[in-house]
Amino acid sequence: MFRNRPPPEEERRVRANDREYNEKFQYASNCITTSKYNIITFLPVNLFEQFQEVANTYFLFLLILQLIPQISSLSWFTTIVPLALVLSITAIKDATDDYFRHKSDNQVNNRQSQVLIRGSIQKEKWMNVRVGDIIKLENNQFVAADLLLLSSSEPHGLCYIETAELDGETNMKVRQSVSVTCELGDPNNLAAFNGEVVCEPPNNKLDRFCGTLYWKDRKYSLTNQNMLLRGCVLRNTEFCYGLVIFAGPDTKLMQNSGRTKFKRTSIDRLMNTLVLWIFCFLVCMGMILAVGNAVWEREVGSLFQSYLPWDPPVDSFIFSAFLSFWSYVIILNTVVPISLYVSVEVIRLGHSYFINWDRQMFCSQCNTAAEARTTTLNEELGQVEYIFSDKTGTLTQNIMTFNKCSINGQTYGEATDPLGPQPKKLDFTPFNSLADPNFCFYDDTLLESVKVGDCCTHEFFRLLSLCHTVMSEEKSEGELVYKAQSPDEGALVTAARNFGFVFRSRTPGTISTTEMGRPVTYALLAILDFNNIRKRMSVIVRNPEGRIRLYCKGADTMLLERLHPSNQDLMNVTSDHLNEYAADGLRTLALAYRDLSEEQWETWSERQRSAERASDCREERLAAVYEEIEQDMMLLGATAIEDKLQEGVPETIAVLSLANIKVWVLTGDKQETAVNIGYSCKMLTDDMAEVFIISGNTVQCVRQELRAARQRMVELSQSREEGKEVFAEACFLTPDLRGGHREVTEEEEKVEQQPPSPVSSVSPASPAPPLNLMDNISGEFGLVINGHSLAHALEADMEAEFVSTACACKAVICCRVTPLQKAQVVELIKKHKRAVTLAVGDGANDISMIKSAHIGVGISGQEGNQAVLASDYSFSQFRFLQRLLLVHGRWSYLRMCRFLCYFFYKNFAFTMVHFWFGFFCGFSAQTVYDQYFITLYNIVYTSLPVLAMGIFDQDVPDDRSLEYPKLYEPGQLNLLFNKKEFFICIAQGIYTSVVLFFVPYAVLSDATQSSGEPLADYQTFAVTTATALVIVVSVQIALDTGYWTIINHVFIWGSLGLYFSIMLALHSQTLFRIFPNQFHFVGTAQSTLLQPVVWLTIALATAICVVPVLTFRFLKLDLRPQLSDTVRYTQLVRLKKRKLAGRSAGERGWRGASTMSEGRLGARSGSRRSGYAFAHQEGFGELITSGKNMRLSSLVLGSFGSKHSSSWIDTLRRKKHPPTPTCTSGDCSPAPSSICASVPPLSNSSSMMGGSQDTPIEEESDTATVQSVAVSLSPETNGAPAAPQGPGHPHSTAPSSAAERSQAGPPAGWTLSLGAVQEALFGWRNTAPCTNSASSGPT
Amino acid sequence: MITAMMASSYNAKEEDGHHSGAAGHGGAGADKSRKPDNTAFKQQRLPAWQPILTAGTVLPAFFVIGLIFIPIGIGLYVTSNNIKEFEIDYTGVDSKSECYACARNFSWNSTTPCTCSMNFTLEQPFESNVFMYYGLSNFYQNHRRYVKSRDDSQLNGDPTALKDPSKECEPYRTSEGLPIAPCGAIANSLFNDTLELHYVDSNGTKVEIPLVKKGIAWWTDKHVKFRNPNGNTNLTVAFQGTSKPVNWGKPVYELDPLDPENNGFINEDFIVWMRTAALPTFRKLYRIIQKKSSTTPTLPSGRYILSITYNYPVLSFDGRKRMILSTISWMGGKNPFLGIAYITVGSICFFLGVVLLIIHHKYDNRNTSADIPN
Repeated sequence: MFRNRPPPEEERRVRANDREYNEKFQYASNCITTSKYNIITFLPVNLFEQFQEVANTYFLFLLILQLIPQISSLSWFTTIVPLALVLSITAIKDATDDYFRHKSDNQVNNRQSQVLIRGSIQKEKWMNVRVGDIIKLENNQFVAADLLLLSSSEPHGLCYIETAELDGETNMKVRQSVSVTCELGDPNNLAAFNGEVVCEPPNNKLDRFCGTLYWKDRKYSLTNQNMLLRGCVLRNTEFCYGLVIFAGPDTKLMQNSGRTKFKRTSIDRLMNTLVLWIFCFLVCMGMILAVGNAVWEREVGSLFQSYLPWDPPVDSFIFSAFLSFWSYVIILNTVVPISLYVSVEVIRLGHSYFINWDRQMFCSQCNTAAEARTTTLNEELGQVEYIFSDKTGTLTQNIMTFNKCSINGQTYGEATDPLGPQPKKLDFTPFNSLADPNFCFYDDTLLESVKVGDCCTHEFFRLLSLCHTVMSEEKSEGELVYKAQSPDEGALVTAARNFGFVFRSRTPGTISTTEMGRPVTYALLAILDFNNIRKRMSVIVRNPEGRIRLYCKGADTMLLERLHPSNQDLMNVTSDHLNEYAADGLRTLALAYRDLSEEQWETWSERQRSAERASDCREERLAAVYEEIEQDMMLLGATAIEDKLQEGVPETIAVLSLANIKVWVLTGDKQETAVNIGYSCKMLTDDMAEVFIISGNTVQCVRQELRAARQRMVELSQSREEGKEVFAEACFLTPDLRGGHREVTEEEEKVEQQPPSPVSSVSPASPAPPLNLMDNISGEFGLVINGHSLAHALEADMEAEFVSTACACKAVICCRVTPLQKAQVVELIKKHKRAVTLAVGDGANDISMIKSAHIGVGISGQEGNQAVLASDYSFSQFRFLQRLLLVHGRWSYLRMCRFLCYFFYKNFAFTMVHFWFGFFCGFSAQTVYDQYFITLYNIVYTSLPVLAMGIFDQDVPDDRSLEYPKLYEPGQLNLLFNKKEFFICIAQGIYTSVVLFFVPYAVLSDATQSSGEPLADYQTFAVTTATALVIVVSVQIALDTGYWTIINHVFIWGSLGLYFSIMLALHSQTLFRIFPNQFHFVGTAQSTLLQPVVWLTIALATAICVVPVLTFRFLKLDLRPQLSDTVRYTQLVRLKKRKLAGRSAGERGWRGASTMSEGRLGARSGSRRSGYAFAHQEGFGELITSGKNMRLSSLVLGSFGSKHSSSWIDTLRRKKHPPTPTCTSGDCSPAPSSICASVPPLSNSSSMMGGSQDTPIEEESDTATVQSVAVSLSPETNGAPAAPQGPGHPHSTAPSSAAERSQAGPPAGWTLSLGAVQEALFGWRNTAPCTNSASSGPT
Repeated sequence: MITAMMASSYNAKEEDGHHSGAAGHGGAGADKSRKPDNTAFKQQRLPAWQPILTAGTVLPAFFVIGLIFIPIGIGLYVTSNNIKEFEIDYTGVDSKSECYACARNFSWNSTTPCTCSMNFTLEQPFESNVFMYYGLSNFYQNHRRYVKSRDDSQLNGDPTALKDPSKECEPYRTSEGLPIAPCGAIANSLFNDTLELHYVDSNGTKVEIPLVKKGIAWWTDKHVKFRNPNGNTNLTVAFQGTSKPVNWGKPVYELDPLDPENNGFINEDFIVWMRTAALPTFRKLYRIIQKKSSTTPTLPSGRYILSITYNYPVLSFDGRKRMILSTISWMGGKNPFLGIAYITVGSICFFLGVVLLIIHHKYDNRNTSADIPN
């Protein structure tokens, strides 16, 4: 750490096997140090670091001030005790951290590696490996340093590595040595190797290396392909040799692991500002009192000198005032006590532990609990407004399953008849002993077709078994493990394997398969590899019979135009199928083959070889050559692979969007996939007024598109508002409008709030709607932008336009974005919106985004754990995000805000008493309280209750905050602690201090004890005021605490008890006899607390302090209840009702039954789509079959052209901006407001199906659920909002049968998956088609 | 403060892959479930009382506060009104005042004390024990430098502190090379007026009223905090080698030569003075007039003469001196403020309760059912 580094390297020269030469350059050794201290440096360095904190220095400064006797108004220990406490706690924490770092460093540094020294292989510790050494690696070993691969056990100097720790990619990568070195097989040759490498200096670019090897007077250029980087693991390679190029801290791994940027929360920043303000306030108070002191000393003090002369160095009132200023700075410093920072950290730590302990964020499949990796950001989780999510591995599982295929115009794998029984998973084992048991396929016709021996089917699977780059590993006979570069490829090969075309092994020149039980070996003539431009790959193989065939698979757009004209018919059918698959959100590939004659192959391979040899434009030439041969192919069919969504993703996104959190998806995937996923996870819905696609290639084009989109948004939102008004009028006419009436007025208010704003100054030239108008766009829009356009949109002059457009949209999908762009988008929002952003991702490509967002969340999924390492929070399922934000984040924010409010309050109440007392003690900086009280007030008497509140408080329980996502809003709007709240707290604190000083003043000044001694002596006054203060702040914390656990009780009562016992102890005779000079207050507590007048004074002061607070709180709660108050209140009522349960059971039962059926209906009609909900195309079949993906065409869907097909999630989403005043019959609990009660099913679809039969406890909420769904239907049955209630309602017949079905369902209770809901739905749809049509109603 | 210093994201363990979330990555040992414990504490489901400020709790609270405070206030007020208190200012600011001359001609060095006497009339008889106070105004006994200017060790009879008083006593620490006992500004400024009270009975004869000078200090002060060096035997020897405070006329062991139990540091007048006042206007207990018999009042109504030995100058800093006579009840002396404050606060609470009740009924649109806007 503290080593003198040589000047930055220009280039690196390394000579193999020549330590003397290499030592000249003083390259870093392979020893790594991540620790910061050693035993000797710990104390000074740690203290130095700690005193870099402004607060610590400030308290040190105060301590020094206190040592000056003329200034010292407090004893030195009032500051040093807390300061020492804080410093030592921090030091202990740092020391432990560093100890573990030492341990891990040692562990790494002492790993063994085999180094080639003087021709023999010797064991060396990692830390002793030097640059220029040649080391030997064996299979599954970690690479010790950045190596140049010299040779390996595999032919051509190939070796395979896994880079998961480095870049997060789990697939294996191939590295190859330079051809001249790969022959240096044995150690002796290697020992003689003395090549010199000249390369770039150490850097952190993982995918780039540029250097030259000079050996035997020849130059060989080196690239990243030749490098093995530290952190990689050698796989599938027996051993290899490498030359150490970068060691220790110079390795790319270490260069990439710079210190994480220290993130601060907005509360932190606010707190720092406030502390600064308070400090200014403190200085002001000091000034006022100093001026007072000057006046007093001149007018009174100078005359009073016969009794109280000035201190020796003080010779004028001016100097006295100067000293008094500092004295008051010391006294009043308790407005910002040191314990504030400690407490904040403790609270955050507690919250972090709660996150780690949460069982509901534990994933049992991967045995991972959620982890708060940073303990300083918790309350920011309660303020998130934007979520940036990666797609692959985050929203999706990154598990690909072979789902459907189309072979020779015949589609297989279709969902079977929805009415029929659950399709059975095919069992391949009797047919094929090599089948992968985990493979799932449900369509037995395909298997039949294979068995029958249909040649197209056979060829189809043969292609899949041959045309790929998968590596296989067969540990024992039949136990095949495929290592695929991409999961889709693995899925395809596995499919072929199960259908009898088993890929067994490959060599560079052959591919061995087992076809229908018969081993076959193909000669592999060429691999025409995949790249992003070609979007296809081919292999050319010679089968045992000698026929040469080219097999090609690739994107349909690419493949279909290279087919032989004779395929026209098949192509039409297949592309219909492809569109169908795409519409279902499946990833598609088209497959084709071409027979080649021997001559064709010969001529072509000649051309290919020459292209390969070409030194310039090799890529382009190769591509051109490939292009030549991939022509006139015969179509075989197409495959469809399902990209499985993670569990609960649509529900989570729905809940988050109800909580007013905007979710943006940033993915490297292509547009179609991204949009499909967008639909499947409900970010994009059919309800959206419009989905805009920005895909322009030029700046102008993008600008145009953005403007057009904004134009359209304004138009649509205006027309929508008109519609609303019309509807509002209509609603007035209908009777029975108690709930509806209020809704309508709110709507009208909204309309009134949105007059066309004057033209904005942001883009005066823009013909498009001004940007500021965009803030109040109503209606839901989606935006899809691709990486190319995004690059333009992120340019400086377009930023504002892009942000305003994108932020008016409910959902934004950026596809084809680079990792850097991901970070740029996050930065953009941070810059323009001043909103709290959260980035969630799982791969190495998300790291930049995770690091630049306010909060980074890593999904510990399949792609290594790089993202997790860079993140602040990590867990294994996207759906835990809702709990992290809506429960933990919300609570943390709430607790932190309450803590801060109370903390500032209690310290102002405590400290400002000195200010008032200053006016009565000649501004002499005399304290009101005993010095021990001042020392202990913040660290003993009042610290624990407020900590308990800060750690344990809850306003509503966790399930309620998921139920009512709106509860999240105060955090986003920063309502609970802001400057206004701060001033309220301060004002309250000052008010309390006034009461606490003047009430005892007024009472005690003339009062006497019952034995005649006056009560107005200083010590009695001090004890009375201090006791009153402790009681008042305890009452206040009791009022603030909303959730009294046993710990709160213990702390609050305990603190009071502690106060009295400590005071009595400090005022006891025993202590006085030992230290008569330290404990002046002997006997005061006893004599004071026995006086009734003192207690009457304390009671009076408490009442005067608390009554106004109580009044304001009550008024606020009664007249303007917050949502959380209402939820709390509802819960109370519910509890009471439960006690009275049974009385109105009959009536409620009826109501439950009638509404329940509607709930079923709502649920059904919603999830009629497929499990991944791509059936939103339903009803647009023509569009699909005509080959146009209508999602991409902007479908204008009016807000009232409501579609019955929308799922219940959509329904919920729509509820967020209720398009219609939801007027329900008056007798039930006001349903419009309880809509959110239907949210819990989101996290657990079972409760939607479950219903009230088996959970009587949730009866109340269930009825609410059910009703709300009923309400959600009302927009569909548009014209007659009050209609659907009675038992005679047309809907109610069919669903009851559905209810029976679902009850008769799986015996495992109601733990049904979404799929089960869907399944039940299909069943229901069958039984009651007429209802279905009825429910679609007038649209 | 505890600067959650982020360790660099690099960590050897993590490099090893032990950290990777996938179960079974390391083979054996990975099967142990890391599922957090299902305890109420860890799952934040501790049973808790969740109070809500509803009309049902707040309004009754207001009424209850009102109903408790008003009677207490009335009781306090009545009690306070029954207490007799008489106060007379004898500073001598006014030229008509009897003590004018004493106040004007004061000098620290005068050997002959100046005396003056004031006449006053008690309209009503003072029953029970009467407490006699002296009051000072504009006297900053609560000034920081004043308050700390004492040595409690010395006052507690510590012989070393007697000879070497604390630095806090400066500039009244030593005098003429000898340590001052008692040292410090508080002791130095000891109130040294002597007050005597005479009753002028109907036939004009002056009857001296006996004043008890013991029992005026706190018990702990008298018995714990203040002790003479060497006990109470032969104070002159005990205080040898010390000097009297600058302003004092006589050394500390001559404060009450007649009573060894009230001499030296444990002189009660001295102890009372050493208990500094919280406010610049204060009173201190001077003497107690014991009730003699149950039939006659302690101080019958009529004319009295207060004789003052005027030693204590206060005019220089615009101070005032008073003599107060007062009776005592269970709640101490006359204290009308407390009663009035209690009545006021109680009434306000009651009134607020009514107002809030009206507001609640008029504007409350929330019935008991769940009404949660969203």
